[in-house]
Amino acid sequence: MTSKVETVPAAAPAERPVRRRSFARRHEAAIYGTFAVVLLIAVWEFTWQMRWISPLFFSGPTAVALRFWELATTGSLLADAAYSGQNFFIGFFLALAVGVPLGVLLGWYRRLFLFCDPLVSALYAMPRIALYPLFIIWFGIGSGSKIVIVFLSAMLPILINTLAGVRNIDPDLLKAARAFCATDRQIFVTVALPYSVPFILTGVRQGVAHGLIGTIIGELFAGSEGIGYMISYAGQMFQTDTLLVGVVCTAAAGMVLTAAAERLRRRFQKWRPEHVGGQ
Amino acid sequence: MNNAGAAAAGGATPAAKLVIDHLSYRYYLEREEREFLAFSDVSLTIGEGEFVCVVGPSGCGKTTLLNVVAGLLPYDEGRLTINGRTVNRPGTDRSMVFQNASLLPWRSALANVRYGMEMQRRFAGELMDRRAQELINLVGLSGFETRYPSELSGGMQQRVNLARALATDPDVLLMDEPFAALDAQTREFMQAELLKIWTQTRKTVLFITHQIDEAAFLADRIVVMGMRPGRIKQEFRVPFARPRALSLKRNPQFLALCDDIWRLIEEEAERINVIRGER
Ligand SMILES: Nc1ncnc2c1ncn2[C@@H]1O[C@H](COP(=O)(O)OP(=O)(O)O)[C@@H](O)[C@H]1O
Ligand SMILES: [Mg+2]
Repeated sequence: MTSKVETVPAAAPAERPVRRRSFARRHEAAIYGTFAVVLLIAVWEFTWQMRWISPLFFSGPTAVALRFWELATTGSLLADAAYSGQNFFIGFFLALAVGVPLGVLLGWYRRLFLFCDPLVSALYAMPRIALYPLFIIWFGIGSGSKIVIVFLSAMLPILINTLAGVRNIDPDLLKAARAFCATDRQIFVTVALPYSVPFILTGVRQGVAHGLIGTIIGELFAGSEGIGYMISYAGQMFQTDTLLVGVVCTAAAGMVLTAAAERLRRRFQKWRPEHVGGQ
Repeated sequence: MNNAGAAAAGGATPAAKLVIDHLSYRYYLEREEREFLAFSDVSLTIGEGEFVCVVGPSGCGKTTLLNVVAGLLPYDEGRLTINGRTVNRPGTDRSMVFQNASLLPWRSALANVRYGMEMQRRFAGELMDRRAQELINLVGLSGFETRYPSELSGGMQQRVNLARALATDPDVLLMDEPFAALDAQTREFMQAELLKIWTQTRKTVLFITHQIDEAAFLADRIVVMGMRPGRIKQEFRVPFARPRALSLKRNPQFLALCDDIWRLIEEEAERINVIRGER
């Protein structure tokens, strides 16, 4: 220590090892979430076992689980999942590749924003799925039209959020950067981009959800493959258990992917103060 | 107030570092489609190593003046020279300490101190690291290098803000009410600390405040601004010897000086009928 400053707050922080937050507190999110799901399934299974539910209209957890096993081992579940998954991922990554750079550009260049805003707003406000019949005409009823609808569904939330991030940059930070003679390029890299990362990742999270909707609805509409098709076909045959297998698989995929996106968002926000609202 | 500036020139004035020469600044009010004269015909010469404070009622154009000197607001009436060269945009010869700390929230304290140097690209990477650490030590933040701004108190954030400004080794340090947002105790403390640091670095300082005792404690010279439009009313030379201790604030001579300045400002406030009970 060469510093001669002897001020009170200048002392190095105490070295006392701090107690780690308890296991329960660290895994709070997982614990509360799991509890809710387990409770729901328990109630559902109970009503199923009591035969309060007709298999014609709905099914029970054990029946769905059994059906899942059957379909996964001997049926076409894996092939359907692979088909849907492939469409989803291709569409989603295209959405990411276009949505982020476009959002940054629109956020950064005011005139470009003014130029594109009406189109973007219109596309964002309308249900993109309404365009799907058009895509079938253009790209056929196979993978092509499905990738396009996933792309469009996922791209807009990513674009809108990225744009909002860049446009909302704290003016004080821009002022500080300018005062230190930062060039536009430096401001872009050191302020605009890091500032919008959390916004981009929020967009990614919404994009995942919207992209999944696009995937399934596209298959409900037309075609003969994929989880959406499986759901639609089972519905026509009154196979409620098969139908629910499709629904559960979709929900599970959605949860895993959104959780991954949320994790990524937190990783980039470790500088943020923790949640301050009510417990 | 018609007697000439109280003590404009007394004793040997050091070489002029910063010359503000008949400077005016107008904001353009877009909605009202008219100009607003923020300050008018301000002339002020600050010598090498001099500490000058500007005080005045809130809204008299202090921040605007400082922003113009920083080069953030381009002026078109009057002249501004530093080391004899006319300036009208940000330069490496000036550094600004902002009223809001304006730190990048995703950078650690140390990385924030580096920021100004990084933008100016005048220092080698290794030198930036060394200087950043030295400055952290100088402002008494050893041990807090890795903290994010959200993990620092207001006073500590302002220390980082100050360290960032000093790190680029400017000729002139511009400070805009850097302690205004701090609690009274921390503020006093930071004033003493600032003087200590200033004694070690001997920068030319232009310091804005609306706190008269702060100005009288810190400055070699105090410039009082009036308003509508903002302009210089009177100058006071501060006669107290350095180093100054906080106990100086209880010295009767000190209190008398504060009183003189206070009366001047009060008069001004009365003149335009906007006493806001602020000191
Ligand atoms: N960006 C701006 N546009 C228009 N008027 C402004 C702007 N910033 C400040 N002003 C006006 O200029 C005057 C001086 O403001 P400012 O320099 O912030 O005063 P001070 O720092 O002394 O409180 C005020 O009347 C304020 O309303
Ligand atoms: Mg101000």
